Amino acid sequence: MTEKRWPERWQEVNPGCMVFTPGSSQEYHTGSWRAGRKPVWDKSKCIKCGVCYIFCPEGCIFADEEGYFAGDLTYCKGCGICAHECFPEAVTMVNEEG
Amino acid sequence: MSRRVGMEVAIAAAEAVALCNIDVAAVYPITPNTHVAEHLAEIVAEGRIDSEFITVESEHSALSAVLGAAGTGARTFTATSSQGLLYMQEVMPIASAMRLPVVMVIANRALSGPLNIWNDHSDIMLQRDMGWVSLFAENGQEVVDMLIQAFKIAEHREVMLPVNVNMDGFQLTHMVEPIELPDQAEVDRFLLEYKPYATLHPDRPITMGAFAMPEIFTEVMKAKDVAIVNAKKTILEVWKEWESLFGRKYEPVAAYKTEGAEVVLLTMGSMGETAEVAIDELRREGISAGLLKLKLWRPFPFKELKKAVKGVKVLAVTDRAVSYGGPGGPVCAEIRSALYDEPERPVIVDYIIGLGGRDVSVEDFITMGKRALEAKIKKPREAYKFYGVRGE
Repeated sequence: MTEKRWPERWQEVNPGCMVFTPGSSQEYHTGSWRAGRKPVWDKSKCIKCGVCYIFCPEGCIFADEEGYFAGDLTYCKGCGICAHECFPEAVTMVNEEG
Repeated sequence: MSRRVGMEVAIAAAEAVALCNIDVAAVYPITPNTHVAEHLAEIVAEGRIDSEFITVESEHSALSAVLGAAGTGARTFTATSSQGLLYMQEVMPIASAMRLPVVMVIANRALSGPLNIWNDHSDIMLQRDMGWVSLFAENGQEVVDMLIQAFKIAEHREVMLPVNVNMDGFQLTHMVEPIELPDQAEVDRFLLEYKPYATLHPDRPITMGAFAMPEIFTEVMKAKDVAIVNAKKTILEVWKEWESLFGRKYEPVAAYKTEGAEVVLLTMGSMGETAEVAIDELRREGISAGLLKLKLWRPFPFKELKKAVKGVKVLAVTDRAVSYGGPGGPVCAEIRSALYDEPERPVIVDYIIGLGGRDVSVEDFITMGKRALEAKIKKPREAYKFYGVRGE
């Protein structure tokens, strides 16, 4: 994960904090806010229903080529809503290292 | 050539704004600023100026609408008063943080409750820390002049901040005064064309009002603070230019007969004219009294204030708002703080006066001047006093 680079000095901030580069929000890797727990998908239980995808408030869950779901941990904040809503119980929250 | 007219000040304010070639105005009428909204709407409806007048359903929408319009590079204007200003408050710090040069006239009025439509400064004092440049007009002429100056200050590349011009509700808004109204060519020459720093445009996508992480927020706030502090330089330049063009002088702290004065009163807004009469009377009685009129509230003119009170024994500040349970009225608290580090500072007394439109007469100023002189020797002093309150 590349880290967002901040201006060294306040003088470098654009007036009004205006942003002149479209799409720069992708540089905010909000997954770094996650506090210790990440979702893990068990493909043997996943029925490809997409409930986790619908309920994810961050929009960071996507379907892979086979149609199984997974989370983009660059943006996942570890809220656990996917695990809570997954009725086949394919998603579990596991502790992260470090 | 300017023309001298007898005009209600609120109407004159709308006429002044019309002279500034505005693109968008959105005003929700509220007493006592209603005539500004009505007359400006008339001017637009009659086609006298090529502008959009957005009839919004609230003050929150009014400021939001002009904020959005300012983002596209439009010259914008709004006006309000009291509770309306409070309703705008949510948008006010955004306008200054986004560095958008919105201009607003505020018909100062007491805050509810109890419901009161008359004048004091409690509405604007609550908006002190919104990051807006704040000017106080003493009479109708100053309202007109300051509104035209406000656009030039707000749009200056070194400033890029919203500006509010304060006029006392009823005491100014509803008075018919003789006013020199500049003509269109004069205003055009003074104001020039507005060239925005950046504009919202679908072909050149930029983001205004972006989200900021804790890692950058402090730096943005520092930049905003430096911008408003540095705005004073531009304000002084604009006032100097105004004086050379129109012959009317503006100063952050205007002095009246303060030469060698022992006791000096300090006022903001329309009370200055009443106080001048009182100073003349006090001088006739042999009391060396003077008057300071604070016309620039934000950025606060520290240097000018310190210079103005040199050698003054007693400074009597009049406050038209209360900081409940605080160190006194908001103006006096700031003046005490500004002078704290001075090796020789005057004794400062604070009179809270004229709340909710209560009359402040020449006699009141004479009494305040005399009582302030007594305060020089009598100790301990109260931090502040409600002048003329019944029951004391």
